[in-house]
Amino acid sequence: MATAPNTTIGKVRPHQTQNEGLIFEKSSPGKRGYMLPPLDVPAVDAAALLGDAHRTVPAGLPELSEIEIVRHFTRLSTWNYAIDLGMYPLGSCTMKYNPRVNEFVARIDGLAEAHPYRPEALAQGALEVLDLLQKCLIEITGMDAITLQPAAGAHGEFTGILLVRAWHQSQGNPRKKVLIPDSAHGTNPATAAICGYQVENLKSNSDGGIDLEALERQVDEDTAALMLTNPSTLGVFESQIGRIAEILHAKGALLYMDGANMNALVGKVRPGDFGVDVMHLNLHKTFSTPHGGGGPGSGPVACKAFLEPFLPTPVLVQSENGAKRWDYDRPQTVGRVRAFYGNTGMFIRALAYILANGPDGLRQTTEDAVLNANYIRAKLEDLYELPHKTPSMHEVVFSDKRQAAQGVKTGDIAKRLIDYGFHPYTVSFPMIVHGALMIEPTESESLEELDLFIDAMRSIAREVEETPELVKSAPNSTRVARLDEVTAARKPVLRWRQRT
Amino acid sequence: MRYLPKSPAEREQMLAAIGAHAIDELFASIPAVYRLQRDLDIPRQQAESEIIGYFKAAGQKNATDYASFLGAGAYRHHRPVVIDAMVQRGEFLTSYTPYQAEITQGTLQAIFEFQTMIAELTGMDVANASMYDGSTGAAEAVLMAARITGRHKTVVARSVHPEYREVLATYLRFREMPVSEVGYVAATGRVDLAALEAAVTEETAAVLIQSPNFFGTIEDVAAIAEIAHRKGALLIVTIAEAVSLGVVKPPVEADIVAMEAQSFGVALSYGGPFCGVLATKEQYLRQIPGRLAGQTVDANGYRGFVLTLSTREQHIRREKATSNICTNQALVALMATIFLTVYGKEGIRELAEHNLAKAHYTAKALAAAPGAKLLFEGAPRFHEFVLKTDELPEAWQKRLFDEKIVGGVDLGRWYPELAGATLWCTTEVVTREQIDTAAKTLAAVPVEA
Repeated sequence: MATAPNTTIGKVRPHQTQNEGLIFEKSSPGKRGYMLPPLDVPAVDAAALLGDAHRTVPAGLPELSEIEIVRHFTRLSTWNYAIDLGMYPLGSCTMKYNPRVNEFVARIDGLAEAHPYRPEALAQGALEVLDLLQKCLIEITGMDAITLQPAAGAHGEFTGILLVRAWHQSQGNPRKKVLIPDSAHGTNPATAAICGYQVENLKSNSDGGIDLEALERQVDEDTAALMLTNPSTLGVFESQIGRIAEILHAKGALLYMDGANMNALVGKVRPGDFGVDVMHLNLHKTFSTPHGGGGPGSGPVACKAFLEPFLPTPVLVQSENGAKRWDYDRPQTVGRVRAFYGNTGMFIRALAYILANGPDGLRQTTEDAVLNANYIRAKLEDLYELPHKTPSMHEVVFSDKRQAAQGVKTGDIAKRLIDYGFHPYTVSFPMIVHGALMIEPTESESLEELDLFIDAMRSIAREVEETPELVKSAPNSTRVARLDEVTAARKPVLRWRQRT
Repeated sequence: MRYLPKSPAEREQMLAAIGAHAIDELFASIPAVYRLQRDLDIPRQQAESEIIGYFKAAGQKNATDYASFLGAGAYRHHRPVVIDAMVQRGEFLTSYTPYQAEITQGTLQAIFEFQTMIAELTGMDVANASMYDGSTGAAEAVLMAARITGRHKTVVARSVHPEYREVLATYLRFREMPVSEVGYVAATGRVDLAALEAAVTEETAAVLIQSPNFFGTIEDVAAIAEIAHRKGALLIVTIAEAVSLGVVKPPVEADIVAMEAQSFGVALSYGGPFCGVLATKEQYLRQIPGRLAGQTVDANGYRGFVLTLSTREQHIRREKATSNICTNQALVALMATIFLTVYGKEGIRELAEHNLAKAHYTAKALAAAPGAKLLFEGAPRFHEFVLKTDELPEAWQKRLFDEKIVGGVDLGRWYPELAGATLWCTTEVVTREQIDTAAKTLAAVPVEA
């Protein structure tokens, strides 16, 4: 069913996008997009100064004028879907609105131009921002201490598990293994492995939660920690969380919480109050910093007081005169996890978000996120299989069982959503649900947008019955059709080259 | 709350559709004992104007009107305004990682262009989509070299950024991967080749150097590569000042280049977000961590781009992945891509030459002060240099502050033997007038009464 140009489907009507080649194909020698001011010191002979180290062959960078550059990147931008265009129901990714004031304040001169090695006396403004954010995040998580240094969620996991390891080591034995539920994000086992731990899989129970008996069986004196996502990747709160913490602590193991799903908890319940020892946050999920097409993120790690001595250096402290400074003298530290202090630009944005919300706004945000997910669940569970009937928090996971009977898989339904003007949900994850459709609307969706999404999903369910080929060939309205990923991986072309 | 698009009546309507009477019914799975029964103790909800006021005040406390000679891994260059205009387009800013290629061709093509530019600049065959920053990129490069060689020891030059070395130590400390350090030659600040020769063995996976190094000196990459390769080790060159590649020969003898691209149009922002990136030879491609964009065709034969070779990555491979990295620095990489497009082939050279000239002038002017001299004069350098003064740095730093100038950073905090020596950087944004004032102020050593 080809869509005529003036036909509306779901909430979209196709419109023009312009073709645009690679920037290198548009280049011609002698064009310029820049001008440097006249050199106000004597020019130097680079070849003479640098000798053998002088670059004689210039890099093959493109040469274009400013208007061509603006058009190039503007045209590319129009090929992207984005939150600013519509709902982004990616489960586990928390694609919420990225407030514009965050971008504005992150660009304020005194903050954006601050060099990381400027004397602390001239950096008090930046340090105060970091300090206030730390205090807010400690209060939100119910933990005792925090580092803002990790650059993203996975980097936070790495830092958190290093804290666990350093603490165990200080007790005389680093221990050998980390337990990870089969519903976990791939970063969890990858993190445990790079921290030198064996990964031991923990099978979920029939509700998709932690199987307490299995946990009790598997936790032993070799267990360093359990890495737990709560709510789980099924969007379900581990109601036995207190018992889970007890089982671990009884054997001297720690409870690590992956904070990817913190958007379901903020202002309603605090991980520090339910037994978590250490956790990371994703500022680019819960705290509205933009995803930017894949980063930058920021992954602060909050912990209980007994882990505080091991935090990465430097740690922000306050001098007696009230001035803030960096403390490098931390004998038990796990060391640095990156240069400087972390992604400060993201800290500014996250703090702006927290200030815009306040305690009441953050709580309402959480409630709306959970309300939205449950609304979608209620409106779709007659057409899509709900493998786990446990109460949903901020996301709901269906399976493609009924549609698969018609030969249509979750990936096809996801691609068809694109034709209706939506970004796909998360496909085939968590792995404990066969053919998963993982939907996280976040709080940022209006009732109107939610209803359009629900209509689209219902319409696709009908199409699966009536015209399955239409769904299997989707998307039908995008600039490019499904791309050949097999060839891309088999014969990788990862850069442009001048034709010779 | 102004970001939440629902009226109270709509919330009621939705609760009714769900079959719940009150919102807290949806939180019933959280045991009551844990539920927070109070407001979070954080500042109250604030208006946009209040938020801007708060951050402006913080910015002012940071003292914005100082000229700065700070470098040391974070560099201030002019950032063409089209960069911000482009990256603030919501379609770039608020898009997710481009796993759904049909609706993220913009991001994917931009990554492909970034990878090409980095490969061109570094003289490597391929580059990835980005890493967190230069320091973590260098550490990941060492792990990559260990996978390739099947060896586990690393030799790192002391002239590598001290914080990069600290990060490397953190990454290796629980993997039983020993690191040994090789010193520098006092006259040049370059890697001590004899010591390197002695340190590299048949068990060495990687030799890690920085060029231009932490002192601003350009290393003899070819000679170091020969020493590393003779023993079957890989050479990793990290580059903290990417603009240097406009005028400094790329480290083509390296096996992996771990670069910090912050200089390409990225704000200092008190140390992040920056943009690391790894580049390497074709044969090591499948061991590179992080995302890669690749070219392919769609069902209709049109050119398109996808994230590829993802079987290296954590979401497929889990504990067997090349790294746990997931989110990287995509938007910052886009900034670098636009920067490199604005300057282009000629501009990056001209820009680098301006930096070279400014630093050359500054070094001469400062070294003319009584009791001042340059260290490491015996080797070529880019736009950083080390100055030793008879007077203690704290003394002249204070005089410079009075002139609203931040001078070089004291190396003693990382190199006890260099206490009192300071690392200076002059980029194109520092004016001759500021340089002259700094030189004059430095020279104004108070006469003892």
